Amino acid sequence: MVMGDLVREVDVVVVGGGPGGYSAAFRCADLGLETLIVDGDGRLGGACLHEGCIPSKALLHVAHVIAEAERARELGVEFGPPQVALDPLRKWKAERVVGKLAKGLAGVARAKKVEVVNGCGVFEGSRSLRVEGEAPQTIRFGHAIVATGSEPAALPGVTPGERIMDSTAALEVPDVPERLLVVGGGYIGLELGQVYAALGSRVTLVEMADGLLPGVDPDLVQPLARAVGKQFAEIRLGTRIDALREVGAEVEATFGGPPARFDRALVAVGRRPRSAGLGLETTRARVDGRGFIAVDGSCRTDDPRIFAIGDVTGEPMLAHRAMRQGKVVAEVIAGRPAAFDNVVVPAVVFTDPEVAWCGLSEAAARAAGREVKVARFAWAASGRAATLGRADGLTKLVAEAATGRLIGVGLAGPGAGELIAEGALAVENALLAEDVAATIHAHPTLSEGFMEAAESLLG
Amino acid sequence: MPRDFTLPDLGEGLTEAEIVKVLVRAGDVIAEDAPLLEVETDKAQVEIPSPMAGRVERVHVQPGQTVKVGAVLVSFADAAASPAAPARAAAAPKPAPAATAAPAAAGARRADGGPAPAAPSTRRLARELKVDLATVAGSGPGGRITDDDVRAAAGGGGSAATSRAAATPAASGAPAERTAPTGPARPLAPVGLQPPPLPRFEQWGPVERVPLSHLRRTIAERMALSAALIPHVTHFDRADITDLEAVVRDGFEPARAKGIYLTLTSFVLKAVTTALVKHPVFNASLDPGAGELVLKRHYHLGVAVATDRGLIVPVLRDVDGKPVLDLARELAALAQRVREGKAALDDLRGGTFTVTNIGALGGTGAIPIINYPEVAILALARARLEPVVRAGAIVPRLMLPLTLTFDHRVADGADGARFAAEIVALLESPGRLLLGL
Repeated sequence: MVMGDLVREVDVVVVGGGPGGYSAAFRCADLGLETLIVDGDGRLGGACLHEGCIPSKALLHVAHVIAEAERARELGVEFGPPQVALDPLRKWKAERVVGKLAKGLAGVARAKKVEVVNGCGVFEGSRSLRVEGEAPQTIRFGHAIVATGSEPAALPGVTPGERIMDSTAALEVPDVPERLLVVGGGYIGLELGQVYAALGSRVTLVEMADGLLPGVDPDLVQPLARAVGKQFAEIRLGTRIDALREVGAEVEATFGGPPARFDRALVAVGRRPRSAGLGLETTRARVDGRGFIAVDGSCRTDDPRIFAIGDVTGEPMLAHRAMRQGKVVAEVIAGRPAAFDNVVVPAVVFTDPEVAWCGLSEAAARAAGREVKVARFAWAASGRAATLGRADGLTKLVAEAATGRLIGVGLAGPGAGELIAEGALAVENALLAEDVAATIHAHPTLSEGFMEAAESLLG
Repeated sequence: MPRDFTLPDLGEGLTEAEIVKVLVRAGDVIAEDAPLLEVETDKAQVEIPSPMAGRVERVHVQPGQTVKVGAVLVSFADAAASPAAPARAAAAPKPAPAATAAPAAAGARRADGGPAPAAPSTRRLARELKVDLATVAGSGPGGRITDDDVRAAAGGGGSAATSRAAATPAASGAPAERTAPTGPARPLAPVGLQPPPLPRFEQWGPVERVPLSHLRRTIAERMALSAALIPHVTHFDRADITDLEAVVRDGFEPARAKGIYLTLTSFVLKAVTTALVKHPVFNASLDPGAGELVLKRHYHLGVAVATDRGLIVPVLRDVDGKPVLDLARELAALAQRVREGKAALDDLRGGTFTVTNIGALGGTGAIPIINYPEVAILALARARLEPVVRAGAIVPRLMLPLTLTFDHRVADGADGARFAAEIVALLESPGRLLLGL
């Protein structure tokens, strides 16, 4: 074992430089705590910036432009078939999007005097962290924040390879395969499936559950299901992958029939917390059977000096949840009365149409025995949707029956990811449908649907 | 069910008040924060705003009546006969506390499994005041919990205990927290004291029995509580304020031209606050029930003011952010309000540390008693010219005797000595003092 002879003392060490980690570190620094980030890749932004949210949204923007150009034909504007050049596309994504944001984060870290150490952090008890890597050292900390995130889960029995990709590999767009198999009908499979379909791949999607986006109310999924039904070559629901392997320059997959051949496969069956190899067994922190670190309402582990935030602590594995938790933990460490007591964590699927929701879904509310009223506003009645040539959207509100208090909001349609912010604000602040109905919404906008749906709840 | 509004805790240990005026009648529909009543305590006459909006069903008090904290003043009819009522889960069972975690931290859950309806800022307030939102009835639309609901619940006690320790103060870089808590906080053992019966003094000669005035009784109760509960320790020091006095003298006339009466006390307040920032344990309260030290990240200094009715300690807010001139102006205005009996409730509560200056009356020093539940109090005696040895020669210097009394449960003699030395050093170096360094 290599041991650094350098021992540093800091108030707070953050393990992992993703959105949760850097948010925590920056807030700690703002509160006057000397803070250090240890990141296995020596970078800020984590999977979100480098191989997740940001690059996928860049590619989805490209898909969106292509789709809009196609739709323009109905409006009497003809662009002709798209010519996609992958090199400039990759360069734009890597330099103008990811690179620029990464540079920005590094600048913020410098300004806040938060040092980023390149290396793997391994706990040695409740007070110190050994950093293995190019600059081995031991860090003695007052408090530690574990923000190591998650990684793509593998399909049991399947060996990943050059042609059997996870989301990280797929985002590199090595080429545009003629035939792409997407395993998993969750948000990652749908988003990347749409990217490749727009670039020209024939996409086959296989999902084990009986519907796409399992867990989301079916009426919110329907507009997207209809869209991918047209864009994808085939969608197989309730179907399990029996075998998947590389054969020469192809991928052979078996799912309830004779083996089928593809040029590439994308395995998008979820993400796994990265809690192994951190030396947590030398601390009092507890890891559950699925690898999540157990935390209380302040994101504190069973070890009072060690906190954990983000994907490594459980679902929903979303960057903005981690960022909020990071800020909460910084305040807790600084002695402020903070708690991660958020009511909603909004979720957005950046497909076309987008799907977004926050708070309780209709199904979850009913399953919990809550007496609720539900309102739906179909965008077919929206002036703004008509001018966009998009009447396929839906705004849905779930309210407590007795009070009219909004407890869940769901959206489907273009721009749903932006529109959900108002839903999050309303539910987090315990607003009533009446409050939303009486708030003037600009006309003509898609946001009016929120007001319209709220009005219909008032009767 | 009607909602009752009771006389809130008026601060400063006041337990009762006299109703001066009732400003509402049964049947009135009033807005939140509208004035309900005027009451007078021995310290001030204050207006009590309505904590909720609604229709007044009944007024339980009349002018001239003396009522205790907690007595029902006004009942409100239930919010319009909307189906909102069931949402008000005042009597709802408390959520089962998580096995190890602090319940409030996890977010207050109501009986129906939904979160308590309150804005994030209100939930933060509840954490600060250690109020379990699951037990608070909301007075806002549809039972939404407002800041005032939380404050009322905090004043009423009872439910608060369940939600303690949303955040067990974690060790930070502050020198106050040398050892990080390694487990959940536990209450300190209670101190029980019953005064023994007095002898019959009449057997030794004639006596006269005089009832205590309201304020006298309040002071007596507070001082006895403080002296009985807090192991007091007192540290003596002296500051050479010859240079500082020159600064005060220089600034006196220019300040007076601006209508400001510049005094040594405002400089002392500045010095104390600067020292408190570096020694946070002296700006704290011990919570024996929780086994926690409550470090206050705000600096509201009480200044003892003698009035013809007795000693009153009004509070100057946020002293840390204010220049000396502002302190001097505010202090003069505050003292005047107190002497005229016009102090507002907020003038009299929320102090974090107390300064008492007995210099005007002479003496060479005094050992003050802590203003419970603060941790420390600083007494100033009269500054006098004294022969002092400087560089081997005896020179006349203006020396200010200081006495710091503090809670030995919270701090040790060495801590007190360091804190006092910091104050002395600041007073001896007016430049540093004015720069707040």
